[in-house]
Amino acid sequence: MLIFLALALPLCGVIGVSICRRNPNLREGFTLVVSMTLLFVVLQLLSLVMAGARPELILLEMLPGVELRFKIEPLGMVFATVAAILWPINSLYSIGYMRGNEESHQTRFYIFFAVAIAAAMGVAFSGNLVTLFVFYEVLTLSTFPLVAHKGNKMAMLGGRTYLGILLFTSIGLLLPAIIWTWTLAGTTNFIPGGILTGHIEGGAITLLALLYLFGIGKAALMPIHRWLPAAMVAPTPVSALLHAVAVVKAGVFSIVKVMVYVFGLDLINQAPGADWLMWIACFTLIAASLIALRQDNLKKRLAYSTISQLAYVVLGAVLLAPLSITGAALHIMAHAFGKITLFFAAGSIYTSSKKTEVSQLDGIGRRMPYTMTAFSIGALSMIGIPPTAGFISKWYLLMGAFQVQQLAAVTVIVASTLLNACYFIPIIYAAWFKRESSEAILKYGEAPWPVVTALCMTAGLTLLLFFFPGRPFELIQQIST
Amino acid sequence: MISHHLPALQVVVPLLAAPLCFLLGRYRRLGWILSTLVSWLCLLIALQLAYQVVDGGQIHYAFGGWAPPWGIEYRVDQLNALVLLIVSGIAAVMFPYSWNSIQNEVDPEQQPLFFTCMLLCLAGLLGITITGDAFNLFVLLEISSLSTYTLISLGRDRRALTASFQYLIMGTIGATFILIGVGILYMLTGTLNMADLSDRIGNIGESRALQAGFGFLIVGIGLKLAMFPLHLWLPNAYAFAPSVVSAFIAATATKVAVYVMVRYLFTIFGPEFSFSAMNIHWLFIPAGLIAVLFTSIVALFQRDIKRMLAYSSVAQIGYMLVGIGLVSTTGLTAALLHLFNHALMKGALFLSMGAVCYRLGNTLIDNMDGIGRQMPWTMGAFVAGGLSIIGVPLTVGFISKWYLILAALEQGWWPVAVIVLLGSLIAVIYVWRVVEAAYLHQRPDQAKTVKEAPASLLVPTWILVLANFYFGIDASFTVGFTSSAATTLFGAP
Repeated sequence: MLIFLALALPLCGVIGVSICRRNPNLREGFTLVVSMTLLFVVLQLLSLVMAGARPELILLEMLPGVELRFKIEPLGMVFATVAAILWPINSLYSIGYMRGNEESHQTRFYIFFAVAIAAAMGVAFSGNLVTLFVFYEVLTLSTFPLVAHKGNKMAMLGGRTYLGILLFTSIGLLLPAIIWTWTLAGTTNFIPGGILTGHIEGGAITLLALLYLFGIGKAALMPIHRWLPAAMVAPTPVSALLHAVAVVKAGVFSIVKVMVYVFGLDLINQAPGADWLMWIACFTLIAASLIALRQDNLKKRLAYSTISQLAYVVLGAVLLAPLSITGAALHIMAHAFGKITLFFAAGSIYTSSKKTEVSQLDGIGRRMPYTMTAFSIGALSMIGIPPTAGFISKWYLLMGAFQVQQLAAVTVIVASTLLNACYFIPIIYAAWFKRESSEAILKYGEAPWPVVTALCMTAGLTLLLFFFPGRPFELIQQIST
Repeated sequence: MISHHLPALQVVVPLLAAPLCFLLGRYRRLGWILSTLVSWLCLLIALQLAYQVVDGGQIHYAFGGWAPPWGIEYRVDQLNALVLLIVSGIAAVMFPYSWNSIQNEVDPEQQPLFFTCMLLCLAGLLGITITGDAFNLFVLLEISSLSTYTLISLGRDRRALTASFQYLIMGTIGATFILIGVGILYMLTGTLNMADLSDRIGNIGESRALQAGFGFLIVGIGLKLAMFPLHLWLPNAYAFAPSVVSAFIAATATKVAVYVMVRYLFTIFGPEFSFSAMNIHWLFIPAGLIAVLFTSIVALFQRDIKRMLAYSSVAQIGYMLVGIGLVSTTGLTAALLHLFNHALMKGALFLSMGAVCYRLGNTLIDNMDGIGRQMPWTMGAFVAGGLSIIGVPLTVGFISKWYLILAALEQGWWPVAVIVLLGSLIAVIYVWRVVEAAYLHQRPDQAKTVKEAPASLLVPTWILVLANFYFGIDASFTVGFTSSAATTLFGAP
């Protein structure tokens, strides 16, 4: 019942928002109320799952034997909770941002946003591959209008790349992988320990794993990462919640889920060339960081940073050590809080000063102290410096890598940490310690209050997760048991 | 008592209503109301028939009381009950739509002719589907074809005349081939009743004449169903016919031809002969796959969206041929499912284009810039239909693709699966061209502002769109029906 509510609530939001389209205050108020209610429902579910329950819901049977089926397990709960916590904050932020920048078609924006959240919930709670695929596609399609929101040439091209890559990979690779799994195992349900054991062997395992790895394009492994920078043409709240949290996390979440519940760690360990899966992740990790170094556009730099951070999660999944899976799940949370803060800050800077490039940020810390403090916290979390959440997740990833004696992976994680520092520290330095260039006569201060409140909240969450990792940790521990 | 005669009524009612419609003459609106009612009646009859055979039974009906094989027998099983449902269901949606749609596209004095021909076409298609007699099938095929030629020529564009003529020539060649094929079968077996034919063909053994007859029939039916490379008549016919005609024949006529193909291959010749002796799947799979790739790519370059949809139809027929050619129950199920599903999606797409044509006067993509804002419901229907063509989950297209790929993987023919997927990916591109034009381009300043289409056009379109979603979310009915039909077809000797 609660599961159904979690899916239906955002859709109620859609109806409410379209009814209230004439009255912006009512419309945004409605979005906030719905998002808070959703958070409440998800927290209810969370306490159930923490207590060991595994709520289940079979909505209907699409095909004989193929159901639209939901089953909550700890990993999905992590993802859903993160998304549900961040949606109200992001809605608050959207109000400030969309009004501050006088964006058009705001009703459409809120409608598709709510649909995307519903889809993210569906992905998180899906109980079999088909359900996962259904909501995965809904997520792709519902975010397209958000990416192409501005409707100009840039937005159109960006939207084209976005939709093109995501649909091509999902229909061209993921769908056959799912059908293949179905022909082999006769089911697509997620079962701890995997469903493929005994049905497949040898090189076929590797091939199927590769189909999944690249088919889930939302995880943005290279070379199919290009949709993510392209999606940066969207308004910042979209980049923040969807392209730092909901969409990309749906991708890596699906990969972790497939590895754990479809293959099972033992099976994939036997696959010839299982190392290659790791190398793909490692390559993405390093390459994306290197590209991020060279980006002057702030949002683009963040996007490439996201690609590299996602690769951490994938790396955690394909290292195939219980500890690294824990690290991967933790990193889903840590990165979500950190990266959304960074995007919020980028949007805040744009709203008040219209600056978009890194090179323009000299001395901005004085003018926007709250924004830049939050930005610094987010950046530290990305690098993995205490007292931020990123430290914990990286710690577990490293422990996982040691556990399976993958020293190469250890090296890569350390190297990329250095790279992360290289592309974030200069921004922080410039913002706080460099002088503002003299020709800047434009007077600006902090962004509107909803924007500032929202980004302070997410920065706070990043710190909280470091100091109180107990509860999330308990939940994540349940994955491996 | 009357329920006993349902199989006959299914054909006779529209057949008799057709001249009546013509006699009504200048009371055009009355003619429209009459034909709409008739189409609804046909749907009711089809539903009733489907209900009777849903458990796998068969209905036999001896026409005029003459016992088969001397008289004409009508026979309803699950396979043709499904096709009857498609044809009459689509008709029941199209006829209400037709009135407003043809006001801009057909001259008033020709409108009685339009309704007459639509009814004749409907009667012909229903008859082809229900009949159990090979020669009767040919006769009804001619009725539906001749009325289709007329309907296409009613298009305002003068190119409709050449399109119609082209179709006339190709269609007649096809019909002649079918007739020769049927003639050869009659010569060999001395019967025209399908059940009888199937019994006796089994006893003939190796016979050059039988093989020739098979060849004639395949080519003849292949022309009718626009099997690649015999599809050349189709794009022009669909592009220049009045919108509602394009929608109707795209959703039904080729489907019925595919049905005839399945009927001949499985019921009359039997899978043993068709696939083991004649290896017809070695024709179907390459032809189907080339159609999927080639015509999808051609569709990318069309400026007229109706023409683009026409090419896409040829590609979709390719999927059905591939499904048949996979020679497995799953493959045949996929083909039959796609038969049903494609009728829904192409119907919705063509109807939405009909609404565009109603407001804009044509369906050229250049004129459609920015109409997404001005005609939200119409273009919404197009997007939904387009997603279905692509095969996005929760639409019927997904169900078809699922079964088709499943069937290909079951046989281990993964290249087939790859090409099927490639086809869907090309569909993404050609659908998205329209979406971008309608939603992301600005409406040029000098272009005339258009209003949303009237409800009489939107409601039928959206009925089909909702059906797309309904049968995409809960496919247990269609899958159950088609898979048990497929099992029966393979099980029959």
